[in-house]
Amino acid sequence: MKDVKSQASKNAAPRKPGGLNSEIQSRIGHQLRAMYDDVVRQGVPDRFAELVRKLDVPGGQPQVEDGGGSNDQNGRD
Amino acid sequence: MPLTDSLRDEILGSVPSLRAFAISLSGNSDRADDLVQETLLRALANIDSFQPGSNLPAWLFTILRNLFRSDYRKRRREVEDAEGNYAKTLKTHPSQGAHLEFEEFRTALEKLPQDQREALILVGASGFSYEDAAAICGCAVGTIKSRVNRARSKLAALLYVEGAEDFGPDETVRAVIGGSGG
Repeated sequence: MKDVKSQASKNAAPRKPGGLNSEIQSRIGHQLRAMYDDVVRQGVPDRFAELVRKLDVPGGQPQVEDGGGSNDQNGRD
Repeated sequence: MPLTDSLRDEILGSVPSLRAFAISLSGNSDRADDLVQETLLRALANIDSFQPGSNLPAWLFTILRNLFRSDYRKRRREVEDAEGNYAKTLKTHPSQGAHLEFEEFRTALEKLPQDQREALILVGASGFSYEDAAAICGCAVGTIKSRVNRARSKLAALLYVEGAEDFGPDETVRAVIGGSGG
């Protein structure tokens, strides 16, 4: 499984030198990523962290730890 | 695949970019967070159908994108109204400098057809390959490429040509448009 970060590096700022003015294209690319990264930098809001940590899979087996330390997986609302 | 702690961590690791994708698509952060929440609930409920070793972010983005599209059809009218009001708000605050440029970009992005907007964001901001973006959108790689190209052309036209006189571009933008002759 790859994460988003490792994918980001293989595909940064593709340009079309023959098409639109590449100066404008690089400006658009920059603004697009600035807008996006602004949100990415906000990290994981608590509500999502709790949701993913606490939700049990319907019909799934109880969590089995392989010695990975403790967490709050048994938390209930 | 069973929902192990490491898989939960990986899902959480995708949350920041899922939010960014959702906000870019919907232009509204409350709605975006609802979309992310729904995406996580669906992903967790269907985790058995996730193939270990396959691309987890792409799988999550696919879920979010499909949710957005079904939601979008229902809300289309509402969104268009909101856009109109948004444009009015901008016009009453004409002198916000860099902030205005940022909002202007966002507004232009929202004017793109949805197919083009999502393709541009997936490739140009999320950093997916054309192949992954095609898988997420359920279309051919060539289709993604042409959507991205059209999205770029349209944004360029909206931001740097069509709107140039209305917004009074700075020297740099004029130089870029005019070919920097001096």
